Amino acid sequence: MTDTEFLLWVRGPAFSAATFIMCAGLVIRFLEIFLLGRKADLAEARGSAAAGGLRTMFTRFIPDAGSFQRSGFTVISGYIFHIGLFIVIFLFVPHIMVFETATGLSWPGLPSNIVDATNVVTMLALLGVLFHRIKDPVMRMLSEFADYLVWFVTFLPLLTGYLAFHRVGLSAPMLIGLHILSVELLMILFPFTKLSHAFTLWMARWYNGAIAGYKGVQS
Amino acid sequence: MSKDKTLGETLQQRGVSRRSFLKFCATTASMMALPPSMIPVIAATLEKVRRPSVIWLSFQECTGCTESLTRSNSATIEDLIFDTISLDYHHTLQAASGSAAEHAREEAMQENYGNYILVVDGSIPGENNGYSTIAGISNKDMLLEVAAGAAAIVAVGSCAAFGGIPKADPNPTGAVSVAELVKDKPIVSVPGCPPIPAVITGVLVQFLTFGLPELDQLGRPAAFYGKSIHDRCYRRPFYDKGLFAHSFDDEGARKGWCLFKLGCKGPTTYNACAVTKWNDGTSFPIEAGHPCLGCSEPDFWDAGSFYKALSAPTGAIGETAVYAGAAGLIAGAALGATLRARKQSAVKNHERVTIDDLDQES
Amino acid sequence: MSGPSFERGYAALKEEIDAPTAAFFSSCVHCGMCAEACLFFTETRDPKFTPIYKLEPLRKVWKQEYTFWGKLGRALGLSRALTDQDLADWEVLVYDSCTLCGRCSMVCPVGNDIAYMIRKMREGMAAAGHAPAGLIGATKRAVTIGSPMGVKLPALQAQIRHTEKEFDVKVPVDVEGAEYLCLLSSMEIMNFPEFIGAIARIFRQANVSWTLSSEAFEATNSGIQIGVSDIAAELVQRIVDVAEALKVKAVISPECGHAYMAIRWEGPNLVGKPFNFKVVHILELLDELRSQGRLKLRDKEIQKLTYHDPCQISRRGGVIDQPRNLLNMVADNFVEMPETGKMNWCCGAGGGVSSNERADDLRLKTFARKKAQFDAINVDAVVSACSNCRIHLEEGLEEYHMELPLLSLTETIAEHLAEE
Repeated sequence: MTDTEFLLWVRGPAFSAATFIMCAGLVIRFLEIFLLGRKADLAEARGSAAAGGLRTMFTRFIPDAGSFQRSGFTVISGYIFHIGLFIVIFLFVPHIMVFETATGLSWPGLPSNIVDATNVVTMLALLGVLFHRIKDPVMRMLSEFADYLVWFVTFLPLLTGYLAFHRVGLSAPMLIGLHILSVELLMILFPFTKLSHAFTLWMARWYNGAIAGYKGVQS
Repeated sequence: MSKDKTLGETLQQRGVSRRSFLKFCATTASMMALPPSMIPVIAATLEKVRRPSVIWLSFQECTGCTESLTRSNSATIEDLIFDTISLDYHHTLQAASGSAAEHAREEAMQENYGNYILVVDGSIPGENNGYSTIAGISNKDMLLEVAAGAAAIVAVGSCAAFGGIPKADPNPTGAVSVAELVKDKPIVSVPGCPPIPAVITGVLVQFLTFGLPELDQLGRPAAFYGKSIHDRCYRRPFYDKGLFAHSFDDEGARKGWCLFKLGCKGPTTYNACAVTKWNDGTSFPIEAGHPCLGCSEPDFWDAGSFYKALSAPTGAIGETAVYAGAAGLIAGAALGATLRARKQSAVKNHERVTIDDLDQES
Repeated sequence: MSGPSFERGYAALKEEIDAPTAAFFSSCVHCGMCAEACLFFTETRDPKFTPIYKLEPLRKVWKQEYTFWGKLGRALGLSRALTDQDLADWEVLVYDSCTLCGRCSMVCPVGNDIAYMIRKMREGMAAAGHAPAGLIGATKRAVTIGSPMGVKLPALQAQIRHTEKEFDVKVPVDVEGAEYLCLLSSMEIMNFPEFIGAIARIFRQANVSWTLSSEAFEATNSGIQIGVSDIAAELVQRIVDVAEALKVKAVISPECGHAYMAIRWEGPNLVGKPFNFKVVHILELLDELRSQGRLKLRDKEIQKLTYHDPCQISRRGGVIDQPRNLLNMVADNFVEMPETGKMNWCCGAGGGVSSNERADDLRLKTFARKKAQFDAINVDAVVSACSNCRIHLEEGLEEYHMELPLLSLTETIAEHLAEE
């Protein structure tokens, strides 16, 4: 298979397959969770569950001062790589073209060299996160194979993206093709690993806030 | 045909000044990114070259490659080429026709067997299915017959190099490239739709002067196809700054911003267009405001829309996502229902726990 | 089938898993932030006390029963099934090192309510016979005697007589048509009987119509702590029956953390229908009286005080502002702890931990967290509203040779009532 054929394959049937698996998988995951249901609360409400749920969905982005002090590295490195990922994925024009193809929506991007710098920062943050996961006793104990796999499939698109942008090492079609392939790998694993937290955390935060809000506590 | 005279002798005869000749060598050297010290080498070699016999076979082609070659403003250079080679067979340029033309071909093959250069443009139906014949001979048969006695083959244009437009889906003629049929001869690919005239001539000169050039993974001379359009494009700073034209003739387009969003294949296209340009350096597609089609790459016609960005998937992703969502809803509802039933069954079969059920039998 | 078994435990875990549980397990990214919110981890630095880790067996059940890939993996033998040994191994994590304080639930960045799930996991642990002996004993006493500490009616009656004499106040019992039925925790009856005198005096001044019940006076609910809803329901039903028989408008939950959670929030869900009476915590009632101007005080506490939030009342119960309103009324020098209110640190003894002798050393180790809070603000006394918190904190203070009185908020108010 030539480099060009490879690129065409990853842009074509492979991407369609990955999209299908990811979208179907996420919907199935959602229903798998949602349809288990929750018993109605028969106690007299003090506050609003819905208001609490909605509130916690967003306030959980901000850690309390004590947690920030005690888990500072986790919070900061976590924010750096998440924001970095957001910028790299959604504010780079070639990526915005992917979303435009899928949804018809498009939005302005950042200068490509700024995205490139962000990519480097994000990769460094992820390396820090991996190091921390291996060294910190709590994280080491909690971590299983899936945690390391997820780290890898998150890191790989950033690395291949860097190489493709800088056109280093292999032919341009091969570099771009490998980058897109690494993204497809991420997409396929998305619904079936903890990566799904990107979508399920909204449910988790909702339930948390609703349970607390019902009792009049802002969680 | 004066095949026995050297090029130097022929030029002298034609009254082409040494100055013009050296200027040609200098231009060629600079196009191949060779240092000035190579100019005398090129000149010395070319001078002594005996005009090799060149047989040019045209198969499923549009004649654009020939047009490109001959549609040139500095006629001297192209004429020079036609004086350095003995073009013994060429559908468009030869005076003879019919059986006389075929006879000329056969004669040239016989006289120069093993030494002639075969130039091919146009793709070839891979099976002998009668789609394209010349004098009753199928393209494939003629190619293999002529290739057998060639010293080397130059596949000019994307059709000969990769199959080109005839090969585009659904490929009704079963078109293939030269390299897919000829396995035992060196093949230099000079793709492009059409290739830049100076690239065609440059490759020929390079071949005559230095022999087989360094070829890339796709058989293209690295001197002309080693860099991508993207890496030599004058609009690259706009790509880096994130300034793109969003549609034809919009503000960005008029300002000359990057055409990536309009589908430019520059990043994955390897050719000399951004440097050498067309019409003697007048312009090239991007400079004229049109995204690069990637015409020097294999399957460029089937590589997703010309106007779809290189990063975008070629399939109907939005539709796929919707179908996937629907499929997920059905599968998820079914799965969720079984899970719910499993839980409810556990609840229904609940065994009441009393204080007698707390202690383990020791 | 009677007696505990792994099958019953497994079945209980299956029953307990719901959409929130599934959402929580799907979202956990193993970030470990919950560990730094749990005093059992912070004071021991032992990673196995990481809150989400305490739920591993429950997560296994969720995975292999309620996820497609988990079930497939099980069927293909690619993953290990949960065993009785797993539950046995997890007993200490689920009971000794967790008070259901819910601090972890407040800090989890993806929003997991870990305490919610620990409560569910205990259903499986108990049904499989892996609850701590001390808790089992307390639960048996609660069901058979009516009090986890074995306090019987005669003991209560003796305390009532003593109270009436000491404070020259009437303690109504079994009064039909009273507005409020007040419950008492065994801990209060035995260790802090002044509470009875305190509410008697306050209600007399504020003209509150109330009563105790001789048939169901126990507020604490061991069923909640051991995690057996069937037993918890039985204990709640006793209170419901009495409240309905006495036709009260509301039931007062006294100064006991888990008692409030049991009757106010879990109660109707345990018995399967809403109550036809209200449930208030004593602090809620006192704050209501304050806002209605029915509490008349003569002077204020001048010593520097702080308030320790009982987890089940503040963070998990929603009664956070009321104690502060009351303290600001009765004290001149009330200061908050660093990290207070809904983020205050657990005392370390709730949720059945103090009934579990095996957990004594661990429990006392966690006191260092509260000590650090006390040290930071250098107060003269600590006020709280849970007898279990009080007794454990007193034990901790003794261990560390610290002199710091632990006061009841209700009693403090009673001490400052203006004379009739």
